[in-house]
Amino acid sequence: MPRTAAPAAHGLLDHVLRARSAVPLLALLILLPVVAHALDEDFYIGVASRMLIFALAASSLNLILGFGGMVSFGHAAFVGMGAYTVGILMRDGVSAAWIAWPAAFVVGGLFAFVIGLVSLRTRGVYFIMITLAFAQMLFYLMSSLEAYGGDDGLSLASRSWLGPGLDLSDDTRFYYVVLAIGALVFVGIARLLNARFGHALQAIRENETRMAALGFAVYRYKLAAFTLAGAIAGLAGALLANQTGFVSPAMMQWSQSGILLVMVILGGVGHLYGGLAGAAAFLLIEEAALGYTIHWQFILGAVLLAVVLLAPNGLMSLGRRAKGAP
Amino acid sequence: MNGILVLEQLLNSLQFGLMLFLLAAGLTLVFGIMDMINLAHGSLYMIGAYLVATIAGASGSFWIGLAGGVAATALAGVLLECTVVRRLYRRDHLSQVLGTFAILLMANEGVRMIWGSQPIPMAMPAELSGPVELLPGFTYPAYRLFIIGAGLAVALLLYVLVTRTRMGMQVRAGASNREMAQAMGADVRRLFTALFAAGAGLCAVAGGLLGPLLAVQVGMGESILILAFVVIVIGGIGSIRGALLGALLVGLVDTAGRTVVPILFGMLMGPSAAATAGPAVASILIYLLMAAVLFWRPRGLFPAHG
Repeated sequence: MPRTAAPAAHGLLDHVLRARSAVPLLALLILLPVVAHALDEDFYIGVASRMLIFALAASSLNLILGFGGMVSFGHAAFVGMGAYTVGILMRDGVSAAWIAWPAAFVVGGLFAFVIGLVSLRTRGVYFIMITLAFAQMLFYLMSSLEAYGGDDGLSLASRSWLGPGLDLSDDTRFYYVVLAIGALVFVGIARLLNARFGHALQAIRENETRMAALGFAVYRYKLAAFTLAGAIAGLAGALLANQTGFVSPAMMQWSQSGILLVMVILGGVGHLYGGLAGAAAFLLIEEAALGYTIHWQFILGAVLLAVVLLAPNGLMSLGRRAKGAP
Repeated sequence: MNGILVLEQLLNSLQFGLMLFLLAAGLTLVFGIMDMINLAHGSLYMIGAYLVATIAGASGSFWIGLAGGVAATALAGVLLECTVVRRLYRRDHLSQVLGTFAILLMANEGVRMIWGSQPIPMAMPAELSGPVELLPGFTYPAYRLFIIGAGLAVALLLYVLVTRTRMGMQVRAGASNREMAQAMGADVRRLFTALFAAGAGLCAVAGGLLGPLLAVQVGMGESILILAFVVIVIGGIGSIRGALLGALLVGLVDTAGRTVVPILFGMLMGPSAAATAGPAVASILIYLLMAAVLFWRPRGLFPAHG
């Protein structure tokens, strides 16, 4: 296998996490509960947790969609399987986060590995459809398993147990745990993208045949990325189950996979912050429209349509365009 | 006795398959010719059902409702194509997914604003509400027979339109090679609008016919949309013949799964577990079929592209 030369700094394939944008963002997210508490709007701490969890799931989808060129239409299935892992373990008496959350990570990755093994042999529209097919199978499987609540799902008795003095039932504390995990995974994804693996993945997106001719094991690279994305989605599912206190097949419906796709497209496919921006924008629009009218979906739809027609490459591309960069 | 059960289920699967075909036919042409993923196709089915139900309710006649609703939905299709969908043809699949998903959300909410969130009732025509004795000792609802007849008639009409008319020729040319059809002088713009309107009309036929059997409600389009996608992927994108075969196959698997699986499960696990697991297993079978087709025949059973 050829050794690539040391990449030029900030090349085409690099997506460097710059301190001047990441640090203020992190500071803002850290201060958010303090501000919300001061304004007596504690409700928004829960909203922000939800936003970060979806940002995690959307970022994992962006890893394969934006940087690997794999349009998966079944990503919600991995989120759902992660959530079910936490729900089922808790029902059987295992409420320790140290066991349940890594288990959700592993379960999400395992399902992604098996589904990817078959799906990655297809291309383009067929890949979209076969991932949808597998996700639907899992959706119907979970709806049919009466032992795990069937259509009605499972209620969690409490949030996962993290350690003495770390009671997650407090929304602010839960928010910080979600933020810590989200930030760690985000930095991990950024580092991965700038490493040899990430460069190979992006090159495969650009020209698969050429990469294969260069001696890269294209299929293995894609499968590894797909598995990792499924695992991160499973972890996001574990957090989501904790946030809502409830697990049901509805989390795995195809429309949920559609929403994750929409978040990534909205934010910007293949932008480092695409998943984060998309999830935040989507849920903010939802929250704002929900406060304004019960017909909030209409407003959400109108905004999405406007984005498609006016900002073809997602919200993150607007900033780039304003700066005059390509 | 068992023969009659099998016959009844075959007719049920035929009826379901034909209705799926009406949805899949429009979807496969839009997908195959315009290379456009249209998630809003199910919304046209929902809008069609609502329009047929409303006009039928207002006029007191199912037939006026059906004709008026289909025409109105086709018109809505033209409007949608000219205002939004046209702008998405040249965009990538992801933008199309986002754009048509937005339309889907707006259509759902628009319908909820106009008709409310309760399902609206729809009566079947009085002259077809009784059963018909097909064989001695075997009766079947007349309305379901009518749906089968109507579905077959529409399928035949589509076949004649696609294989025997100038427009149909252009459609087939477009499905197998769009650029070449354009180069040979087909007016693609007008063709696209007409196709989209025809697809919308077919959706309304299916929605109107199924209205009295199912609940006319918000969200009715989503589950059937995904099934229609399964049908066209199995049949081969862009192929009308593939859509018909795929639809009948999916109808058969679904009905067989719903009747045979509970019987099998009932023997293994007891009746209550079988009742809950049956429909889900039937659905799993459909997606298993699709995954298998995609794995071994990635371009579907009847690929339209050369």
